[in-house]
Amino acid sequence: MEEGANAYWVILLSFLVALILAVTPMPAWLVWGRPEWVALAVIYWTIALPHRVGILTALVIGIAMDVLEGAVLGQNAFALVVVSLLAMVLYQRLRVFSLWQQAAVVFVLVGINQLICQWVQNLEGAGAQSLLFLLPACSSALLWPLVLHGLRGLRRFYRVT
Amino acid sequence: MLVLIVADLRYNRLGYARGALDTLLTPIYWIADLPTRVGQWQETHIQSRDDLLQETERLRRENLVMQGRSLQMASLQADNTRLRALLNSTALLRDDVLVAELIGVSPDPVRHQVVLDKGESDAVYLGQPLIDSDGLVGQVVEVGELTSRVLLITDSTHSLPVQVNRNGVRAIAEGVGSLDRLEIRHVAATTDIQVGDLLESSGLGGRFPTGYPVATVVTVERDPGQPFARILAKPTAALDRSRHVLLVFRSDPPGVD
Repeated sequence: MEEGANAYWVILLSFLVALILAVTPMPAWLVWGRPEWVALAVIYWTIALPHRVGILTALVIGIAMDVLEGAVLGQNAFALVVVSLLAMVLYQRLRVFSLWQQAAVVFVLVGINQLICQWVQNLEGAGAQSLLFLLPACSSALLWPLVLHGLRGLRRFYRVT
Repeated sequence: MLVLIVADLRYNRLGYARGALDTLLTPIYWIADLPTRVGQWQETHIQSRDDLLQETERLRRENLVMQGRSLQMASLQADNTRLRALLNSTALLRDDVLVAELIGVSPDPVRHQVVLDKGESDAVYLGQPLIDSDGLVGQVVEVGELTSRVLLITDSTHSLPVQVNRNGVRAIAEGVGSLDRLEIRHVAATTDIQVGDLLESSGLGGRFPTGYPVATVVTVERDPGQPFARILAKPTAALDRSRHVLLVFRSDPPGVD
Protein backbone atom coordinates (compact mmCIF):
# COMPACT_ATOMS: atom_id res chain seq x y z
CA MET A 1 0.00 0.00 0.00
CA GLU A 2 1.63 3.19 -1.15
CA GLU A 3 0.51 6.17 0.87
CA GLY A 4 1.73 9.74 0.89
CA ALA A 5 5.38 10.30 1.69
CA ASN A 6 5.09 9.80 5.43
CA ALA A 7 1.49 8.89 6.28
CA TYR A 8 1.12 11.20 9.27
CA TRP A 9 -2.48 10.19 9.64
CA VAL A 10 -1.50 6.81 11.10
CA ILE A 11 0.21 8.58 13.99
CA LEU A 12 -2.74 10.92 14.46
CA LEU A 13 -5.19 8.04 14.35
CA SER A 14 -3.26 6.04 16.92
CA PHE A 15 -3.23 9.00 19.31
CA LEU A 16 -6.95 9.49 18.76
CA VAL A 17 -7.63 5.83 19.57
CA ALA A 18 -5.41 6.14 22.66
CA LEU A 19 -7.43 9.16 23.83
CA ILE A 20 -10.69 7.30 23.29
CA LEU A 21 -9.41 4.27 25.20
CA ALA A 22 -8.27 6.60 27.96
CA VAL A 23 -11.82 7.83 28.64
CA THR A 24 -13.76 4.63 27.91
CA PRO A 25 -15.79 3.68 30.98
CA MET A 26 -14.20 0.84 32.95
CA PRO A 27 -15.68 -1.71 35.34
CA ALA A 28 -15.24 -0.61 38.95
CA TRP A 29 -12.50 -3.13 39.82
CA LEU A 30 -10.37 -1.87 36.94
CA VAL A 31 -10.53 1.89 37.44
CA TRP A 32 -7.25 2.08 39.31
CA GLY A 33 -5.43 -0.23 36.90
CA ARG A 34 -6.39 1.45 33.63
CA PRO A 35 -3.33 1.32 31.36
CA GLU A 36 -2.00 4.73 30.35
CA TRP A 37 -2.75 4.31 26.66
CA VAL A 38 -1.68 7.81 25.75
CA ALA A 39 1.67 7.49 27.51
CA LEU A 40 2.23 4.15 25.74
CA ALA A 41 1.52 5.70 22.35
CA VAL A 42 3.83 8.63 23.10
CA ILE A 43 6.61 6.26 24.18
CA TYR A 44 6.25 4.05 21.12
CA TRP A 45 6.24 6.85 18.58
CA THR A 46 9.10 8.65 20.28
CA ILE A 47 11.24 5.52 20.15
CA ALA A 48 10.22 4.62 16.60
CA LEU A 49 10.27 8.07 14.98
CA PRO A 50 12.13 10.49 17.27
CA HIS A 51 12.43 13.01 14.43
CA ARG A 52 8.64 13.14 13.97
CA VAL A 53 7.11 12.71 17.38
CA GLY A 54 8.57 14.42 20.38
CA ILE A 55 8.00 17.09 22.94
CA LEU A 56 5.59 19.20 20.92
CA THR A 57 3.34 16.23 20.14
CA ALA A 58 3.44 15.17 23.78
CA LEU A 59 2.46 18.70 24.81
CA VAL A 60 -0.54 18.87 22.48
CA ILE A 61 -1.77 15.37 23.35
CA GLY A 62 -1.22 16.07 27.04
CA ILE A 63 -3.38 19.17 26.95
CA ALA A 64 -6.11 17.24 25.14
CA MET A 65 -5.85 14.62 27.89
CA ASP A 66 -6.11 17.29 30.59
CA VAL A 67 -9.28 18.66 29.10
CA LEU A 68 -10.78 15.19 28.74
CA GLU A 69 -9.87 14.24 32.28
CA GLY A 70 -10.97 17.52 33.79
CA ALA A 71 -7.52 17.84 35.31
CA VAL A 72 -5.56 21.01 35.88
CA LEU A 73 -4.45 22.25 32.45
CA GLY A 74 -0.83 21.22 32.04
CA GLN A 75 -0.82 18.24 34.39
CA ASN A 76 -0.74 15.48 31.79
CA ALA A 77 1.04 17.76 29.34
CA PHE A 78 3.93 18.21 31.77
CA ALA A 79 4.05 14.50 32.61
CA LEU A 80 3.95 13.39 28.97
CA VAL A 81 6.62 15.90 27.95
CA VAL A 82 8.94 14.51 30.62
CA VAL A 83 8.17 10.96 29.47
CA SER A 84 8.84 11.75 25.81
CA LEU A 85 12.02 13.61 26.76
CA LEU A 86 13.31 10.56 28.64
CA ALA A 87 12.27 8.27 25.79
CA MET A 88 14.20 10.52 23.37
CA VAL A 89 17.30 10.29 25.49
CA LEU A 90 16.96 6.51 25.73
CA TYR A 91 15.66 5.55 22.29
CA GLN A 92 18.93 4.23 20.84
CA ARG A 93 19.39 1.86 23.76
CA LEU A 94 15.70 0.97 23.93
CA ARG A 95 15.63 -0.21 20.33
CA VAL A 96 18.16 -2.97 20.99
CA PHE A 97 16.61 -4.09 24.27
CA SER A 98 14.65 -7.31 24.43
CA LEU A 99 10.90 -7.05 24.73
CA TRP A 100 10.74 -7.50 28.51
CA GLN A 101 13.66 -5.17 29.14
CA GLN A 102 11.71 -2.58 27.18
CA ALA A 103 8.64 -3.36 29.28
CA ALA A 104 10.69 -2.69 32.42
CA VAL A 105 11.70 0.73 31.07
CA VAL A 106 8.07 1.42 30.15
CA PHE A 107 7.16 0.56 33.74
CA VAL A 108 9.56 3.20 35.01
CA LEU A 109 8.48 5.82 32.44
CA VAL A 110 4.76 5.38 33.11
CA GLY A 111 5.52 5.36 36.83
CA ILE A 112 7.21 8.75 36.42
CA ASN A 113 4.18 9.94 34.47
CA GLN A 114 1.89 8.85 37.31
CA LEU A 115 4.10 10.45 39.96
CA ILE A 116 4.09 13.81 38.20
CA CYS A 117 0.30 13.68 37.79
CA GLN A 118 0.06 12.84 41.48
CA TRP A 119 2.19 15.81 42.47
CA VAL A 120 0.09 18.24 40.50
CA GLN A 121 -3.10 16.72 41.90
CA ASN A 122 -1.74 17.13 45.39
CA LEU A 123 -1.16 20.82 44.68
CA GLU A 124 -4.86 20.96 43.96
CA GLY A 125 -5.68 19.00 47.10
CA ALA A 126 -7.13 16.02 45.25
CA GLY A 127 -4.37 13.44 45.47
CA ALA A 128 -4.89 9.71 45.93
CA GLN A 129 -4.81 8.34 49.47
CA SER A 130 -2.84 5.16 48.66
CA LEU A 131 -0.14 3.94 46.31
CA LEU A 132 -2.80 2.48 44.02
CA PHE A 133 -2.10 5.30 41.57
CA LEU A 134 1.04 3.40 40.53
CA LEU A 135 -0.98 0.41 39.32
CA PRO A 136 -1.27 1.77 35.73
CA ALA A 137 2.52 1.49 35.49
CA CYS A 138 2.23 -2.29 35.95
CA SER A 139 -0.69 -2.74 33.57
CA SER A 140 0.97 -0.53 30.95
CA ALA A 141 4.21 -2.50 31.17
CA LEU A 142 2.28 -5.76 30.76
CA LEU A 143 0.52 -4.37 27.70
CA TRP A 144 3.72 -3.04 26.13
CA PRO A 145 4.35 -6.10 23.89
CA LEU A 146 0.84 -5.76 22.48
CA VAL A 147 1.22 -2.03 21.83
CA LEU A 148 4.68 -2.49 20.34
CA HIS A 149 3.64 -5.19 17.88
CA GLY A 150 0.36 -3.49 17.02
CA LEU A 151 1.85 -0.08 16.30
CA ARG A 152 4.95 -1.52 14.64
CA GLY A 153 2.73 -3.53 12.33
CA LEU A 154 0.77 -0.41 11.45
CA ARG A 155 3.95 1.62 10.93
CA ARG A 156 5.49 -0.95 8.60
CA PHE A 157 2.28 -1.60 6.72
CA TYR A 158 1.67 2.07 5.96
CA ARG A 159 5.39 2.89 5.79
CA VAL A 160 5.22 5.75 8.23
CA THR A 161 8.58 7.47 8.31
CA MET B 1 3.88 24.47 31.07
CA LEU B 2 4.40 25.18 34.73
CA VAL B 3 3.02 28.63 34.01
CA LEU B 4 -0.06 26.90 32.59
CA ILE B 5 -0.49 24.78 35.70
CA VAL B 6 -0.18 27.79 37.98
CA ALA B 7 -2.50 29.90 35.82
CA ASP B 8 -5.21 27.26 35.95
CA LEU B 9 -4.75 26.31 39.58
CA ARG B 10 -4.30 29.68 41.24
CA TYR B 11 -5.95 32.21 39.04
CA ASN B 12 -8.59 30.27 37.16
CA ARG B 13 -7.83 32.30 34.05
CA LEU B 14 -8.38 29.59 31.48
CA GLY B 15 -12.15 29.12 31.65
CA TYR B 16 -12.87 30.13 28.07
CA ALA B 17 -9.96 28.18 26.61
CA ARG B 18 -11.13 25.10 28.49
CA GLY B 19 -14.67 25.54 27.25
CA ALA B 20 -13.47 25.80 23.65
CA LEU B 21 -11.18 22.78 23.97
CA ASP B 22 -13.99 20.86 25.60
CA THR B 23 -16.21 21.54 22.62
CA LEU B 24 -13.43 20.47 20.30
CA LEU B 25 -12.88 17.18 22.11
CA THR B 26 -16.54 16.29 22.57
CA PRO B 27 -16.46 13.65 19.78
CA ILE B 28 -13.94 11.61 21.76
CA TYR B 29 -16.36 11.25 24.66
CA TRP B 30 -19.13 10.56 22.23
CA ILE B 31 -17.20 7.73 20.58
CA ALA B 32 -16.08 6.29 23.91
CA ASP B 33 -19.72 6.20 24.93
CA LEU B 34 -20.87 4.41 21.74
CA PRO B 35 -20.78 0.84 23.13
CA THR B 36 -23.11 1.83 25.97
CA ARG B 37 -25.40 3.53 23.50
CA VAL B 38 -25.56 0.47 21.29
CA GLY B 39 -26.34 -1.63 24.37
CA GLN B 40 -29.17 0.70 25.28
CA TRP B 41 -30.54 0.78 21.78
CA GLN B 42 -30.55 -2.97 21.73
CA GLU B 43 -32.31 -3.06 25.08
CA THR B 44 -35.07 -0.75 23.93
CA HIS B 45 -35.50 -1.99 20.37
CA ILE B 46 -34.93 -5.71 20.66
CA GLN B 47 -37.23 -6.75 23.43
CA SER B 48 -39.88 -9.39 23.63
CA ARG B 49 -43.53 -8.40 23.57
CA ASP B 50 -44.09 -10.00 26.95
CA ASP B 51 -41.37 -7.95 28.55
CA LEU B 52 -42.80 -4.78 27.09
CA LEU B 53 -46.31 -5.59 28.29
CA GLN B 54 -45.00 -6.32 31.76
CA GLU B 55 -43.02 -3.11 31.81
CA THR B 56 -46.05 -1.08 30.72
CA GLU B 57 -48.16 -2.72 33.39
CA ARG B 58 -45.58 -1.95 36.04
CA LEU B 59 -45.24 1.66 34.94
CA ARG B 60 -49.01 2.07 34.89
CA ARG B 61 -49.25 0.86 38.46
CA GLU B 62 -46.40 3.10 39.53
CA ASN B 63 -48.04 6.05 37.84
CA LEU B 64 -51.30 5.36 39.67
CA VAL B 65 -49.51 5.34 43.03
CA MET B 66 -47.68 8.58 42.18
CA GLN B 67 -50.90 10.28 41.10
CA GLY B 68 -52.57 9.19 44.31
CA ARG B 69 -49.73 10.67 46.28
CA SER B 70 -49.75 13.97 44.43
CA LEU B 71 -53.51 14.46 44.86
CA GLN B 72 -52.98 16.31 48.08
CA MET B 73 -49.99 18.18 46.72
CA ALA B 74 -51.98 21.20 45.55
CA SER B 75 -53.68 21.78 48.87
CA LEU B 76 -50.47 21.14 50.79
CA GLN B 77 -48.63 23.62 48.63
CA ALA B 78 -51.30 26.25 49.18
CA ASP B 79 -51.08 25.57 52.91
CA ASN B 80 -47.33 25.88 52.80
CA THR B 81 -47.46 29.19 50.95
CA ARG B 82 -49.95 30.59 53.46
CA LEU B 83 -47.87 29.48 56.42
CA ARG B 84 -44.71 30.89 54.93
CA ALA B 85 -46.52 34.16 54.33
CA LEU B 86 -47.53 34.12 58.01
CA LEU B 87 -43.90 33.61 58.92
CA ASN B 88 -42.91 36.49 56.68
CA SER B 89 -40.52 34.38 54.65
CA THR B 90 -40.36 34.37 50.89
CA ALA B 91 -42.43 31.81 49.05
CA LEU B 92 -40.61 28.71 47.79
CA LEU B 93 -40.37 28.78 44.06
CA ARG B 94 -40.80 25.70 41.98
CA ASP B 95 -37.57 24.98 40.08
CA ASP B 96 -37.54 24.03 36.41
CA VAL B 97 -35.52 21.02 35.41
CA LEU B 98 -33.92 19.70 32.25
CA VAL B 99 -33.18 16.03 31.74
CA ALA B 100 -29.56 15.37 30.80
CA GLU B 101 -27.74 12.18 30.01
CA LEU B 102 -24.34 11.11 31.26
CA ILE B 103 -21.93 10.53 28.40
CA GLY B 104 -18.68 10.15 30.27
CA VAL B 105 -17.06 9.61 33.62
CA SER B 106 -13.67 11.04 34.52
CA PRO B 107 -11.11 8.27 33.93
CA ASP B 108 -9.18 9.37 37.00
CA PRO B 109 -10.54 7.54 40.07
CA VAL B 110 -9.63 10.35 42.48
CA ARG B 111 -11.59 12.89 40.45
CA HIS B 112 -15.33 12.47 40.82
CA GLN B 113 -16.51 14.21 37.69
CA VAL B 114 -18.99 13.28 35.00
CA VAL B 115 -19.70 14.70 31.56
CA LEU B 116 -23.25 15.53 30.48
CA ASP B 117 -24.70 15.81 26.99
CA LYS B 118 -26.10 19.30 27.63
CA GLY B 119 -24.05 22.47 27.30
CA GLU B 120 -24.17 26.16 26.62
CA SER B 121 -26.64 25.67 23.78
CA ASP B 122 -29.13 24.36 26.34
CA ALA B 123 -28.46 27.34 28.64
CA VAL B 124 -26.49 25.31 31.17
CA TYR B 125 -24.53 27.69 33.41
CA LEU B 126 -21.51 27.46 35.67
CA GLY B 127 -22.44 26.39 39.19
CA GLN B 128 -25.76 24.91 38.15
CA PRO B 129 -26.97 22.23 40.59
CA LEU B 130 -27.71 18.71 39.41
CA ILE B 131 -30.09 16.18 40.98
CA ASP B 132 -31.33 12.69 40.23
CA SER B 133 -34.53 11.01 41.37
CA ASP B 134 -33.14 10.40 44.88
CA GLY B 135 -31.14 13.46 45.76
CA LEU B 136 -28.48 16.03 45.03
CA VAL B 137 -25.73 14.90 42.65
CA GLY B 138 -23.34 17.80 42.14
CA GLN B 139 -22.72 21.07 40.37
CA VAL B 140 -21.57 22.16 36.93
CA VAL B 141 -17.93 23.27 36.90
CA GLU B 142 -17.22 23.58 33.18
CA VAL B 143 -19.50 24.42 30.28
CA GLY B 144 -18.73 23.58 26.68
CA GLU B 145 -20.93 24.26 23.67
CA LEU B 146 -22.61 20.83 23.71
CA THR B 147 -21.37 19.22 26.89
CA SER B 148 -20.73 20.20 30.45
CA ARG B 149 -18.66 18.78 33.27
CA VAL B 150 -20.11 18.16 36.70
CA LEU B 151 -18.29 17.88 40.02
CA LEU B 152 -20.00 15.28 42.21
CA ILE B 153 -20.68 16.04 45.87
CA THR B 154 -18.35 13.19 46.89
CA ASP B 155 -15.24 14.69 45.23
CA SER B 156 -12.61 15.45 47.82
CA THR B 157 -12.54 19.10 46.76
CA HIS B 158 -16.28 19.56 47.18
CA SER B 159 -18.32 20.56 50.20
CA LEU B 160 -21.85 21.83 50.58
CA PRO B 161 -23.99 23.33 53.34
CA VAL B 162 -26.66 20.96 54.67
CA GLN B 163 -29.22 20.86 57.44
CA VAL B 164 -30.72 17.99 59.37
CA ASN B 165 -34.24 17.41 58.15
CA ARG B 166 -35.46 16.48 61.67
CA ASN B 167 -34.38 19.55 63.61
CA GLY B 168 -32.71 22.01 61.26
CA VAL B 169 -29.17 21.68 62.65
CA ARG B 170 -26.80 23.17 60.06
CA ALA B 171 -23.51 21.61 59.00
CA ILE B 172 -21.10 21.26 56.11
CA ALA B 173 -20.94 17.97 54.21
CA GLU B 174 -17.57 17.32 52.63
CA GLY B 175 -16.66 14.77 50.01
CA VAL B 176 -13.86 12.40 50.96
CA GLY B 177 -13.17 10.88 47.55
CA SER B 178 -15.30 7.79 48.02
CA LEU B 179 -18.57 7.49 46.11
CA ASP B 180 -20.66 6.32 49.05
CA ARG B 181 -19.34 8.57 51.81
CA LEU B 182 -19.68 12.17 52.90
CA GLU B 183 -18.11 13.49 56.05
CA ILE B 184 -19.90 16.04 58.21
CA ARG B 185 -17.12 18.25 59.49
CA HIS B 186 -16.75 20.34 62.62
CA VAL B 187 -19.89 19.35 64.43
CA ALA B 188 -19.68 19.87 68.20
CA ALA B 189 -19.84 16.60 70.16
CA THR B 190 -23.08 17.67 71.83
CA THR B 191 -24.95 18.48 68.61
CA ASP B 192 -28.16 16.52 68.10
CA ILE B 193 -27.43 14.39 65.05
CA GLN B 194 -28.39 10.72 65.06
CA VAL B 195 -27.83 7.74 62.83
CA GLY B 196 -30.55 7.68 60.19
CA ASP B 197 -31.06 11.44 60.05
CA LEU B 198 -31.74 12.82 56.60
CA LEU B 199 -29.51 15.70 55.55
CA GLU B 200 -30.93 18.10 52.99
CA SER B 201 -29.37 21.05 51.23
CA SER B 202 -29.80 24.20 53.28
CA GLY B 203 -29.29 26.61 50.41
CA LEU B 204 -27.07 28.77 52.59
CA GLY B 205 -24.15 28.96 50.17
CA GLY B 206 -26.46 30.39 47.54
CA ARG B 207 -25.28 27.72 45.13
CA PHE B 208 -27.71 24.86 45.77
CA PRO B 209 -31.47 25.19 46.08
CA THR B 210 -33.00 24.49 49.48
CA GLY B 211 -34.59 21.22 50.53
CA TYR B 212 -33.16 18.57 48.24
CA PRO B 213 -32.10 15.39 50.08
CA VAL B 214 -28.32 14.97 50.16
CA ALA B 215 -27.40 12.07 52.42
CA THR B 216 -28.43 9.92 55.36
CA VAL B 217 -26.23 9.70 58.44
CA VAL B 218 -24.72 6.22 58.86
CA THR B 219 -22.26 6.57 61.73
CA VAL B 220 -21.86 9.03 64.58
CA GLU B 221 -18.77 8.64 66.77
CA ARG B 222 -18.49 10.81 69.85
CA ASP B 223 -15.01 10.50 71.31
CA PRO B 224 -14.69 12.52 74.54
CA GLY B 225 -11.06 13.22 73.70
CA GLN B 226 -11.95 14.92 70.43
CA PRO B 227 -13.47 18.39 70.12
CA PHE B 228 -15.78 17.34 67.27
CA ALA B 229 -17.97 14.35 66.60
CA ARG B 230 -16.99 12.19 63.64
CA ILE B 231 -20.03 11.81 61.43
CA LEU B 232 -20.26 9.90 58.15
CA ALA B 233 -23.22 9.97 55.80
CA LYS B 234 -24.20 8.09 52.67
CA PRO B 235 -25.40 10.13 49.68
CA THR B 236 -29.02 9.39 48.77
CA ALA B 237 -28.46 9.93 45.04
CA ALA B 238 -27.28 6.91 43.04
CA LEU B 239 -24.00 8.62 42.13
CA ASP B 240 -22.41 5.60 40.47
CA ARG B 241 -25.52 4.31 38.75
CA SER B 242 -27.86 6.96 37.43
CA ARG B 243 -27.45 7.68 33.76
CA HIS B 244 -30.24 10.22 33.53
CA VAL B 245 -29.98 13.26 35.75
CA LEU B 246 -31.82 16.56 36.12
CA LEU B 247 -30.27 19.99 35.74
CA VAL B 248 -32.09 22.42 38.00
CA PHE B 249 -32.81 25.88 36.61
CA ARG B 250 -33.50 28.46 39.23
CA SER B 251 -35.56 31.55 38.66
CA ASP B 252 -32.68 33.63 40.02
CA PRO B 253 -29.34 32.09 38.97
CA PRO B 254 -26.84 33.07 41.63
CA GLY B 255 -23.78 34.98 40.55
CA VAL B 256 -20.72 32.84 40.13
CA ASP B 257 -17.33 34.29 40.79
